[in-house]
Amino acid sequence: MSEFITYLVTGIALGSSFALIGSGFVVVHRVTRVVNFAQGSLAVLGAMLSASLLAGRLPHVVGEMVTVVVCGLVGVLVGVVAIGKRGTPPLISLIVTLGVSMLFSAAIIWLWGQDPVSPPGLDGFTTILGAEVERQRLLVLVVTLVAFAGLSLFFSRTYLGKALTASASNPFAARLVGIDVRRMGLVAFGLSGVLGGLAGVLVAPSNALSFYSDLPMALGGFAAAVFGGLVSPLRTLVGGLGLGVAGQLTAGYLNGSYQTEVALLLMMVIMIARSRSFAHEEAK
Amino acid sequence: MLKVERVSKHFGGVYANRDVSLDVAEGELRGVIGPNGAGKSTLFNLIAGHLRPDAGSISLAGAHIDRLPPHVRARRGVAIVFQGARLFAGMSLLQNVMVGAHAQSRAGLVSAAFRPPAQRREEREIRATAEQCLDRVGLLELADRPAEGLPLGQQRRLQVARALAGRPRLLLLDEPASGLRAAERTQLADLIRELNGAGTTILLVEHDVGMVTSLAHRITVLDLGAVIADGTPAEVTSDPAVVKAYLGTGADHAAHH
Repeated sequence: MSEFITYLVTGIALGSSFALIGSGFVVVHRVTRVVNFAQGSLAVLGAMLSASLLAGRLPHVVGEMVTVVVCGLVGVLVGVVAIGKRGTPPLISLIVTLGVSMLFSAAIIWLWGQDPVSPPGLDGFTTILGAEVERQRLLVLVVTLVAFAGLSLFFSRTYLGKALTASASNPFAARLVGIDVRRMGLVAFGLSGVLGGLAGVLVAPSNALSFYSDLPMALGGFAAAVFGGLVSPLRTLVGGLGLGVAGQLTAGYLNGSYQTEVALLLMMVIMIARSRSFAHEEAK
Repeated sequence: MLKVERVSKHFGGVYANRDVSLDVAEGELRGVIGPNGAGKSTLFNLIAGHLRPDAGSISLAGAHIDRLPPHVRARRGVAIVFQGARLFAGMSLLQNVMVGAHAQSRAGLVSAAFRPPAQRREEREIRATAEQCLDRVGLLELADRPAEGLPLGQQRRLQVARALAGRPRLLLLDEPASGLRAAERTQLADLIRELNGAGTTILLVEHDVGMVTSLAHRITVLDLGAVIADGTPAEVTSDPAVVKAYLGTGADHAAHH
């Protein structure tokens, strides 16, 4: 039983980071129709940067915040490269983001080396139903839930959020009322950078990340986003958590190296099962 | 107010607009008519900013706008109502109109996101403006309903409200009557007359000749991409070139109204 609880909590923590990365995919896709594959790299960048900043004696919270802000700015830069040129088709932008993520891997090896990095997090354990659980993993879930609540408020309450929603809903009409849709796309890329960075900062203290982690992180996030039809942040959260738990249970009771395959399999099943509704989304 | 000077646009050798000029005075209600394929939509899109002219210029209140992207033209005061459904799904009627007003507001996007007191005051003003605009088009009772699923006539009027929220200098209407039932057309015509009476300069591009002749001060007639007549409704409808253009392809249609 306590084993099961441990797997469950570990899965939820990992799943939360998938959900954060996945909602980055969703935000960018809704506004720009681009699937931003540099999303996983931003999580890795977040992990590396926070490790360096915290080792450089920036206090906790400040170090993490600076990291997330920097990841947001880097996200905007990715956006400039991917959609900066007016009229770039989304498919071309997708390939650009893939290329950018490869450059990221190179830059990360150059700056931080090839070894996995794990920044310090929240120390200590808590006992839940007889199972010893790392506090950091609980923190991941709490921060993720707060981030999703914040996102929801941002989209429903602020003008910037509404302008993003308007651009996503009808880019043509958004331009008619004076919204710079391309700039909204850059804002979406920045937001996805923040979400990716946050995921890296949170997950790395318990699951060390290396330059090589961008693909599994991006795949996990993308699978979660696909579960949300690439449009719904809330369903992305559910998908991310489900995927994280399924992956950990597989790793715990079967074999640890199957985790990525579980994500891919889940993604395939969902895509095939929901292909009709995807076609519907596209038609809109 | 709006000056279109010798504008041409061709698509692969076919001229959709050739040397089109028109001059809309402040406070005027100008109609643009023409048979199918006359180049009305092309002219409309050139003014709205979705197409760029190959030659000629377009200016608004003395400033050239023909190289500006659509969203900048919108901020300069060109408000547009397209015939297709151009609404923000997932938002209420009021929110749809507020987005229109917000994009024109002085506060930058980012500062508005943090909502300091000045912005909150502005937000209240924008809400009041949006409600006023909904009231003008007669949709205030539906303010909190979602925008999707509205009947076509109400969708058009919602678009008009959203356009008004930006306090436009020029309101462009692209075939606003198309697809509407007779009662809805009458309501829409009344609304257009009322808005113009309140001082809004309007350019009405419309297939329904009867509607345009009853509303417009002056009418520009296009045929095969060129202006063939320009004058008061009475002058234009008795112009032999116009009658000839509408014979054959559009005679039934013109007679019908």
